[in-house]
Amino acid sequence: MAQALIDLLKSQFPTAVLETHSQHGDETVVLDVRQWKAVAEFLYSSPKAAMNMLTDLTVVDYPDREPRFEVVAHLLSLSLGHRLRIKARVGDEAGEGANIDTLTEIWASANWAEREAFDMFGVNFVGHPDLRRILMYPEFQGHALRKDYPADKIQPLVPYREIPGIEKVAPFGRDEGMSFGRQTHSRWADDSEDSQAN
Amino acid sequence: MGELKRSTQVIEAGEGAAFATTRLADMLAWAQKYSLFMYPFVTACCGMEFMAVSSPRYDFSRFGSEAPRFSPRQSDLLWVVGTITQRQAPILKRIYEQMAEPKWVLAFGTCASCGGFYDNYACVAGVDKVIPCDVYVPGCPPRPEGVLDGLMLLQDKIQSGDRRPSIVKPRHDPAVDQSLGLVDLKRSVKA
Repeated sequence: MAQALIDLLKSQFPTAVLETHSQHGDETVVLDVRQWKAVAEFLYSSPKAAMNMLTDLTVVDYPDREPRFEVVAHLLSLSLGHRLRIKARVGDEAGEGANIDTLTEIWASANWAEREAFDMFGVNFVGHPDLRRILMYPEFQGHALRKDYPADKIQPLVPYREIPGIEKVAPFGRDEGMSFGRQTHSRWADDSEDSQAN
Repeated sequence: MGELKRSTQVIEAGEGAAFATTRLADMLAWAQKYSLFMYPFVTACCGMEFMAVSSPRYDFSRFGSEAPRFSPRQSDLLWVVGTITQRQAPILKRIYEQMAEPKWVLAFGTCASCGGFYDNYACVAGVDKVIPCDVYVPGCPPRPEGVLDGLMLLQDKIQSGDRRPSIVKPRHDPAVDQSLGLVDLKRSVKA
């Protein structure tokens, strides 16, 4: 069923469809970013597609690819009962120039989804009515879900208290209370240091 | 838990009458530890366990910690229940600053104590990074018994007059008290 939809898209926009693939019965179409909005409008308004619901819109960061970001939109037709995933690739190696048209005028649910995508990945949705951060605070620098954002970088709004060892205050031992990713496990690998301390 | 400190003396005056002498500070501490007006700063799933411990089955009003006050100016004990994000930290700090002295803070659960597995760009790794904390109750979420234990530790701290912003020392550590506790066992196996 969705294959017929892809054929329809290919006949309607011969230059827009870059590639297609199918996984577990879900069809994906990778689109030319310049025709992103035109295709979306067609999918919404065409009676054969009738995609009246945007279930999700998000971004994937592939740092070793160029263009780097893949904007993914999941579409659902409630009347015809089929789904389609459309993607477009934007952004250079540094993450600059990631511009893509907004879908807010077609599906209102794109508003917050695009704000989240902008907040987390720094993709600029051209024409969005209110493109502000939605999860992080305005003072936040950078975009947290980009692969080059350091995993342990925090940007506190309130300066941490000035006491020695603030990153590890009581009641915790050297490794206790730290997240698993930060533990050294030295006390299990080699107990000698621990024995001296006691 | 009900008795005052050793400074208290009960003097029999005959015919069943008696009076007691004590120090004012001890008397005040005794009153304070049984009238903790609480401010629940509930941000996450630990709130469910907080409701459990405040409801009749576990009922922390038995410990005089019954009355919630949704104004920080009227409360003594700040319950930080749940994850604190960087975005929320200024609010928490402001709430703490608005509370009148004497005031105490209880970190309820792993997230409030140390951030737990929220080791990321968005979360504060423990409320003690922002405000002084008195008691840490571990668990994800903590059992009601653990919460009550933490509350009793705080009462001990209030009674002892310890005003340092730190944790209360455990009343006893089973690993130390036992002749061959877990720590000793580990050492002897290695040796």
